[in-house]
Amino acid sequence: MSEPYSSPSADVMIQFDRVVKKFGDHVVLRELNFSVKPGEFVTLIGPSGSGKTTILRLLMTLEQVDGGTIQVCGDYLSHMQRGGRFVPADERYLRARRKRIGMVFQQFNLFPNMNVLQNVTEAPVRSLGLSKADAAERARDLLDMVGLSDKVQAHPMRLSGGQQQRVAIARALAMRPQVLLLDEVTSALDPELVAGVLSVLKEIARTTDITFLCVTHEMQFARDVSDRVMMFDKGQVIEDAPPEQLFTQPAHERTRSFLHAVIDRSG
Amino acid sequence: MDWDWGYAVDSLPLLAEGMLVTLELTLAGSLLAYLLGLVFAVIRQLRIPGLSQIVFLIVEFIRSTPLLIQVFAFFYLLQPAIGVKLSPFLTGVIALGVHYATYTSEVYRAGIDAVPKGQWEAATALSLPRGRVWTGIILPQAVPRVLPALGNYTISMFKETPLLLAIGVVDVLNRAKEAGAETFRVIEPYTLAGVFFLLVSYPASILVRKLERRVGTV
Amino acid sequence: MSDNLGRIISTLLEGVPVTIQATLGGIALTIVLAFVAGLALLSKSRTVRFISRVYVEGFRGTSEVVQLFWLYFVLPALVGLQIVPLFAGVLVLGLNHGAYGAEIVRGAVQSVPRAQFEGAVALSLGPMQRMTRVILPQAVVEMLPPFNNLFIQLLKSTALLFFISAQEITQKGEELRPALPMNDLTVIYTVELVLYLLLAIAITVGMRALERMGARRLGRRPPPRRKTFAAADAGGI
Repeated sequence: MSEPYSSPSADVMIQFDRVVKKFGDHVVLRELNFSVKPGEFVTLIGPSGSGKTTILRLLMTLEQVDGGTIQVCGDYLSHMQRGGRFVPADERYLRARRKRIGMVFQQFNLFPNMNVLQNVTEAPVRSLGLSKADAAERARDLLDMVGLSDKVQAHPMRLSGGQQQRVAIARALAMRPQVLLLDEVTSALDPELVAGVLSVLKEIARTTDITFLCVTHEMQFARDVSDRVMMFDKGQVIEDAPPEQLFTQPAHERTRSFLHAVIDRSG
Repeated sequence: MDWDWGYAVDSLPLLAEGMLVTLELTLAGSLLAYLLGLVFAVIRQLRIPGLSQIVFLIVEFIRSTPLLIQVFAFFYLLQPAIGVKLSPFLTGVIALGVHYATYTSEVYRAGIDAVPKGQWEAATALSLPRGRVWTGIILPQAVPRVLPALGNYTISMFKETPLLLAIGVVDVLNRAKEAGAETFRVIEPYTLAGVFFLLVSYPASILVRKLERRVGTV
Repeated sequence: MSDNLGRIISTLLEGVPVTIQATLGGIALTIVLAFVAGLALLSKSRTVRFISRVYVEGFRGTSEVVQLFWLYFVLPALVGLQIVPLFAGVLVLGLNHGAYGAEIVRGAVQSVPRAQFEGAVALSLGPMQRMTRVILPQAVVEMLPPFNNLFIQLLKSTALLFFISAQEITQKGEELRPALPMNDLTVIYTVELVLYLLLAIAITVGMRALERMGARRLGRRPPPRRKTFAAADAGGI
């Protein structure tokens, strides 16, 4: 890589610049551009396979770009500077960047070899170097906030899906991330457990200045909580607007038909 | 002591005789294990009161205890018991066959269990005779899937045959020992014996893996 | 019943400590080698993977009996160093079964869902922490049943130490054989086999306890109480 495509700006938290991602011959993202401001809550909607989850996985460095660049807080995510040249990022560089980014997964991905408290304290102790006592205090506060103060010593597999997902949210927040990625966090939950998780997330969005990037099929939630909604199709942003505008007067025919289909389905 | 190529080459004909014996042992032992294991598996599957449990206990006992002692036991006890002269080779084949039959019976059992229950029910619904259900329906479906596992046990058996040295079977290891005793050079014959096992078992295990990909496993 | 039963039992029991030492020593070495070689099989470095593959295939491909003969009779001729029988036995048992164990470790690590790895990445745990804190604690539980089989296989292999006169159970039995009448042979071999069976059951009982502990730690239903009868499986040895 020779030149950075664009210069970082203080007012941009996440910057995608001509990002290309392929799986084999299948192009998931084709020259994707978008940016997210600090503290913004941005929701990505669109049909499955449109590349929404891939965007989150790229930001979490679970996947690598095939072209273009991603910046978070003005730092390149896939490449680092060494001796004035851009080289692929190494593990140490990536780790430092990852500390700013948290992710909540569809399937929770809690560690079954640890209890609830250990799940939440593990990364602050091992990755941020907090003392066990400090990490435990932080964890208890967060578990209290997500309404699980009575499950601190429980085994994660003994909890309901909704409770597991709230532990996973606390676990991600314990790292005090600047960016939080939400990957269809309610898709694996029984319908009656969805509301609890969403209200926790709304509360966090309201009370913190974390930047959110959220992939969801919960349109009401997206409408309530987002500053901006981006409609994705075939690896491109086809519409990008504040939620009121996008949900009530979608400019694009594709958005209209997608919203119809989703809203019909959820009744 | 250094590797002596000349001596290594000279000892090859003698070792080759032993290699042939090792391969014969493996072949004969495997055939016995394949047949006897099937008998064990079917008896257990038939749930004949008493008999099935006894077979279960015998299988578990044999497979939890060392083959070498079973070899000794067959060698010193079987001959007087049946009153027929048994060569070390034949004793070895029996010991290997019986020991490995306990493994192969588990393989067959898994294969039989893997045949869907609906097959038994369909056969019953057609009121097929019991023998025909086994030979015509269950085993033809179970056996192909167990072939890779049986192959693996043959390879295992192959590598265990040298312990028959203890009762005087003249296999490749015994020949190596013989060569070493004559010349007081042990490096070449023992190393060649090891190489022989590797040269046969490694390609064989690759073949089994290929077979596995074709027919699947149980 | 034989008049010599007492003598047979007491003689064979003399061999039990060596059999146990060889088994425990072999198991210890097996565990170490299995983890080192198994994790090496998953290394990013081609060279490391290759070296480990050579060890695994080399020891799985050549016969254990031949390995024992090689170590005990050839190595001294090569380096002029005679190894104590028990030590040679532990070495061969460990090297051989460690090669099989390496595949168990590799398979168990690979069986941990990728989501667990991703969860650890998202918390910015480093490669070492991901392995030691998240992946291995879960993989170890998967390893227990196959390791149970492997350890019983190893116990059975200790009988091969007869060939290097290590004074274990089998050796004691063969020393006793010429001294007793034919009628007593049945007793000798039966007692020998029962001793091994009891040791195999002891291994299985211990491993099952570990399995139940592991299942509890991972929040799984404890495994059903299967037959405590030793479930040895040659597994391609």
